[in-house]
Amino acid sequence: MTDRAPAENHAGGQRLTAMHPHQAVNWPALRQDFPILDQQVHGRPLIYFDNAATSQKPRAVLDALVHYYERDNANVHRGIHELSNRATAAFEAARVRAAKFLNARSADEIIFTRGTTEGINLVAAAWGTKFIKRGNKILLTEMEHHSNIVPWQLLAERTGAQLAYLPINGDRGLLEPGRLDEFLTSDVKLLAMTHISNSLGTINPVAEYCERARRRGIVTLIDAAQSAGHGPLDVQQIGCDFLALSAHKMCGPTGFGVLYGRGERLAETPPYQGGGEMILSVDFQQSTWKPAPHRFEAGTPDISGAIALHAAMDYLDGIGRGNIAHHDQELGAYAFEKLSALPGIRLFGPTMGRAGLVSFLLDGVHAHDVVTVADRSGVALRGGHHCNQPLMKRLGVESTARASFYFYNTTAEIDRFVEVIREIQMFFGK
Amino acid sequence: MFDDLTELYHQLLLDHNKSPRNFRVLPDANRIAQGTNPICGDNYTIYAKMDGDVVQELTFQGSGCAISKASASLLTESLKGKTRAEVKAMFDKVRDLITTGHSDGDLGKVAALSGVHKFPARVKCALLPWHAVAAAVEGRGETVSTESEKE
Repeated sequence: MTDRAPAENHAGGQRLTAMHPHQAVNWPALRQDFPILDQQVHGRPLIYFDNAATSQKPRAVLDALVHYYERDNANVHRGIHELSNRATAAFEAARVRAAKFLNARSADEIIFTRGTTEGINLVAAAWGTKFIKRGNKILLTEMEHHSNIVPWQLLAERTGAQLAYLPINGDRGLLEPGRLDEFLTSDVKLLAMTHISNSLGTINPVAEYCERARRRGIVTLIDAAQSAGHGPLDVQQIGCDFLALSAHKMCGPTGFGVLYGRGERLAETPPYQGGGEMILSVDFQQSTWKPAPHRFEAGTPDISGAIALHAAMDYLDGIGRGNIAHHDQELGAYAFEKLSALPGIRLFGPTMGRAGLVSFLLDGVHAHDVVTVADRSGVALRGGHHCNQPLMKRLGVESTARASFYFYNTTAEIDRFVEVIREIQMFFGK
Repeated sequence: MFDDLTELYHQLLLDHNKSPRNFRVLPDANRIAQGTNPICGDNYTIYAKMDGDVVQELTFQGSGCAISKASASLLTESLKGKTRAEVKAMFDKVRDLITTGHSDGDLGKVAALSGVHKFPARVKCALLPWHAVAAAVEGRGETVSTESEKE
């Protein structure tokens, strides 16, 4: 069941950036910034191709964490002593940095979260509970990650709202912009969609979708988990109301993330969780809240997470996010082309303009067997439903194997990976 | 190049994966149980025809990885003609084999699963059909899963 890439030009998704990088980057030298990459796994050089699950961390980010805990650690916003002042300044500087990274209008539009999942849950729980009513529709796409489905299902259960899904065009995994209008009905209150699909590598034209939704007064949320750190990201250019990202997929630490919320949306949104940090005053029966963003950050935050994310953003902008997007997409295209030449392989996602990842199935070999054998060759892949069970159902498969790249990966690693895939096919007798 | 992998993917398992035995629906089954690991996507139905206390026929259907499929195929061969008590005894031995690499007594072809314990992430794959057959033979018509099993 070989599914060769069709040649039509229109099959491509959206590019994150122009084709030609404006400056030369010494990509092999960047590998030296990642201590973890220099090791053998099962006696073979590690080839880390599970970047869509989590990226590795450069020395600069690790150093920032160590420096904070060795020199500045204290609680934020409430102390008067020197260390608390330093920690507070560094924490709020990270907020300003994140606003700049996303081109938000103000640092007050930046909420720190535990990651993309919490960002989406915050919008569903706080904004959604107030504004989504019985009979309203929440519009998603068939390629959403569970984290951009389940929070809306919980909200729909509470409010009596309904979910609707923009369809994809089969294995190529593209939305059909021509069909958007038939889904943007008057009962739709929210459009929540992913920027880049973690299973398909599709890059969605989110600015166009947000613009068309906004014209109808529909609030928009973008899941940027796979795009943040992989290319330029400008919330004003996208025109979304909310955008959520995870630090750990962009060279930062796990358990930390950013939710961008347009100022006017955050102003109308009630608190998410209650506790310290988010209140102005508390009485026995009632309390008053701080304005955004602190209204949404109850409790002592992950201060070191913010500081490490700041370092990660500096690191990525030092390389140039346009350069990273170009390099990632070249790796994705190279892998897609090399794998397309193999017999007995089914490839998913767009043929052109894809992000730096490739999902595939080998005839007669289950994805978990592919991943187990690849691991013994030093190649770290992911196999399974990738938290995309509805999408897998739509594609008529139970799971796929996935190789996902970042700027420290090389075409030589992809050549080795393709060799390993050939060996796996032979091993399982196909 | 995959020398260490042949412990997990024993030649016999590769053969049973490619040509699974008793891989069909059993129309006159009087015991059916489902084994499913939704995170992996492994999903099997075990069909048993019990005559009193004895397993007369045993077949399976479904899909999943090489380890789970070969394990199910070997299971249908090795449990045919066994009594309920013998199935239970075999289940305990096979579970020991899959989780530790060792087991008392002769397990015949099923011994090909002895390498699985070195691959903790795959133990649940090998165990899944055995849990399903135990449920079937004991007349528990439930769906079993091994994804919460300690690895």
